[in-house]
Amino acid sequence: MRTTSLLRAIGFYVALALLCLFAVFPAVWMVITAFKQNIDLYDPNNNPFLFNLPPTLSNITFLFTQTNFPVFLWNSFFIGVVVVAITLVLAVPAAYSLARLMGHWGEHSSIAIFLVYLIPPTLLFIPLYEIVTLLGTANTVWSLILVYPTITVPFCTWLLLSFFRSIPREVEEAALTDGWSRIGVFFRVALPLALPGITTCIVFAFALSLSDYIYAAVFVSATASRTVSAGVPTELIRGDIYYWQALMAATAIVGLPLAVIYGLLFNWLVRGFQIELRSRAG
Amino acid sequence: MTNDSALGAARKRKEKPALGTSIGIADRDAVVGAIMLAPAVIYVAALVAMPFFLAIALSLSNATVGDPGIHHFVGLANFISVVHETAFAFALRNSIIITAATLVFLTILTVLQVELLARDFRGKRFVHILLILPWAMPVALAAVGWLWLLDSEFSPIDWILRAVGLLGPGTVLGPANNLYYLGREWLGISAVVAINVWRTLPLSTIIVLAGRTAIPNELFEQAALDGAGYFRVLFRITLPALGILLTVAILFTVLIIFGDMTVVALTTRGGPGYTTEILPYWAYLKGIQGGALSQGAAIALFLFPVLLAASVLALRLAYRREGA
Amino acid sequence: MAVLEVRGLAKHFGDFKALKGIDLTTREGEFLTIVGPSGCGKTTLMRVIAGLETPSAGDVLLDGRIITPLPPRARNIAMVFQSYALYPHMSVADNIAFPLEARGVAKAERERLVRWAAGLFHIEALLHRRPARLSGGEKQKVALARAVVRNPSLFIFDEPLSSLDAQVRAVARAELRQLHNRTGVTTVYVTHDQIEAVGLGDRVAVMQAGMLRQIGAPQALYLEPANTFVAGFIGTPPMNLLARGDTIIGFRPEDALPRAAAPHLEGVATFQIHITRSEFLGSEWLAYGTIKGAFENAAVLCKLRQETIDKVKVGEVQDFVVPVSRLRFFDKATGLRTAPMPV
Repeated sequence: MRTTSLLRAIGFYVALALLCLFAVFPAVWMVITAFKQNIDLYDPNNNPFLFNLPPTLSNITFLFTQTNFPVFLWNSFFIGVVVVAITLVLAVPAAYSLARLMGHWGEHSSIAIFLVYLIPPTLLFIPLYEIVTLLGTANTVWSLILVYPTITVPFCTWLLLSFFRSIPREVEEAALTDGWSRIGVFFRVALPLALPGITTCIVFAFALSLSDYIYAAVFVSATASRTVSAGVPTELIRGDIYYWQALMAATAIVGLPLAVIYGLLFNWLVRGFQIELRSRAG
Repeated sequence: MTNDSALGAARKRKEKPALGTSIGIADRDAVVGAIMLAPAVIYVAALVAMPFFLAIALSLSNATVGDPGIHHFVGLANFISVVHETAFAFALRNSIIITAATLVFLTILTVLQVELLARDFRGKRFVHILLILPWAMPVALAAVGWLWLLDSEFSPIDWILRAVGLLGPGTVLGPANNLYYLGREWLGISAVVAINVWRTLPLSTIIVLAGRTAIPNELFEQAALDGAGYFRVLFRITLPALGILLTVAILFTVLIIFGDMTVVALTTRGGPGYTTEILPYWAYLKGIQGGALSQGAAIALFLFPVLLAASVLALRLAYRREGA
Repeated sequence: MAVLEVRGLAKHFGDFKALKGIDLTTREGEFLTIVGPSGCGKTTLMRVIAGLETPSAGDVLLDGRIITPLPPRARNIAMVFQSYALYPHMSVADNIAFPLEARGVAKAERERLVRWAAGLFHIEALLHRRPARLSGGEKQKVALARAVVRNPSLFIFDEPLSSLDAQVRAVARAELRQLHNRTGVTTVYVTHDQIEAVGLGDRVAVMQAGMLRQIGAPQALYLEPANTFVAGFIGTPPMNLLARGDTIIGFRPEDALPRAAAPHLEGVATFQIHITRSEFLGSEWLAYGTIKGAFENAAVLCKLRQETIDKVKVGEVQDFVVPVSRLRFFDKATGLRTAPMPV
């Protein structure tokens, strides 16, 4: 008995360690690279995981002073925040409306919403390119702000629809008989109870807008308006010349802080997908 | 007694009839519902539905970047011409293979990872941070990171293989000092699959874990009392109970992988030749880089029926199981 | 104190007719219980009265004023739900204050009223807790405090005791009735439990299949059921109903006596009963049997006291007597009460 449970414990930690290694291995390599000197990096006989020459900050200095990386960072951040705001303004009321106010078909519209989410950017980017050109927003951050909600709104509506549906109907009805209007019930009861879902939506909307490459690469060619996703590869890959250390530094600088934030929100994200509120209901 | 006198006082307090008098649209659910729903519907209609039909129209025209109007209806000419290109067969094949292979590995790793995370252990928050890392990196930058990780000359994986004597002259993996991951057809496809699994694993884990933690513990306790072994519990209880969320997680991944070109665009670039070409990237190359908007749209449209069929099938299966 | 009136109320959900024309008027300050088997439409009736459902036909009146088109918030009706429907994201104090907030009551006044309402139910110590950390009985008290705090014209209770366990239930029942006695607010109380309905209500309304079957004082319903449904629904065990020709004859289990225990009793009807089994209930016995003669071996139940059970021999056919004044007669086709007839 004891040996089996010991074996199980070992198996558990080995499996966990392997999965963690798989997840972080590329990141470890990125971080090491970011601090390496050229001569150290480009010697295939050196142990790539060690600093055969002292680590240097020059790659990071280069990234922030000689490239447009700070501009890209700001653009990505700005676009992300605005897209999150637009997404919430569109998706939260729509999801509530479908879950509670539009009757039977509203409650069962999640498959239809999913089908909207299913239309991939690859299919839309050519016509959308024509639309943003027509609107005169091509080459500005506004073209991306305009189109990113096409990815985020269906997803967030779908997620929040099931979230609102999981709120016990009686709780909202109690508020109605307690003297609140439907709008009051929405803001004072439904919204606070959907907070895990809304948090998940915020994180997803931000992550999706940050991660997009197609729209960012196609719609914006002006360096001043580029995002991290599209700007860093174009700026730091010049023809055949790859500024590997700076590229890795840029990736790590964006990815690691976000990993910490998302990681700490991990349980909230999971709860965002949890369709049952179960014990939380009064 | 004091309570009762307080009650009397409360009763004397006149309840204002203000509530009863101002009855407006805010009290009509259907009207409120329509107003709340309208902005999202209008937005989706304008920027998803309209472009979608525009894409169909484009694919039936001869529009180019220089002349983007949809004036000339050319029927299925674009579809016929792209189907006959060499790249098409490669792109279709690779899109399907890459998606399918990613799904297989992803499903296995997701279930494993979910089973591990469903338990309590020390340092779980730290593990969360490590495991979510691939998803926190913008895909394009992560792809560049992998490009460097799989570099033809300086790949640290090659270095490890050389160090343990598996790679290099006179070893199992061949005389060359490097494997050239992105320079060979099947290694390139495998690399793309690995990157896809790597970056979508956190997302599918989150979704499936939501379903896993919702399974009531009594089920597991009952199974333990019945003497069911680990794998029996996994296949008889855990997996069936995950049903719908596992399907959703897989669907999400299909959508992301099948419809996205980022990884290929930044790593193999479809090469060598067309051997790792995929439909979305080829649509981009043709439509935007090559300027043939109509042909790009036609290629991109090939994606849609596959996605539609996969989703409808999976969702129907999932909901049927729910209903039963 | 308000009078609630319901006129010709009907509610259809597609083809399903949940309410088929209900007419009902409460008395001022009355505690009216509505009882019926599940699916009889009683909860739908409450939801229509509260304004959560729009009726297909008919009207709801409060103090003679038609309130049918008003939204729930404009009706000043407090509803206590079966699940209590507390707001999970608010403390107990905020839960109780929530209806006051909707009415724009000032903060200081709100706090005073919350303390007062909490005091009524002795839950002052719980004011800072979240609902998830309350027991079932505590939740009920919070729900009651939330209902009472805004001084409503009418209380509606929708099976508020059904999620409590038996011990807490008795206490909670007393609490409810006490609340009503103190506030005097007209109360409509829905339950599927006829013991609860009979025990709590000033009057009881019995519903079945979307219709009101009878309304009256508990004793009246028990002694003078208007139809076989009420006769069979009210009372534990229910009235014995025996079909004979076009008529159904009914008597309460406690009204039957073995002839041997009352040899000289007059003005009685005699039934031959084959007693098959008896159960000891503590203060009395329950005898199970089948009735002979013109009654097609119908099953009957008799409630007997300790001194009479000795006269009963299990396994034998015996004569039982029921005072003629205790017999009730119903039409077999309609189920409605008819005039007495010779047995």
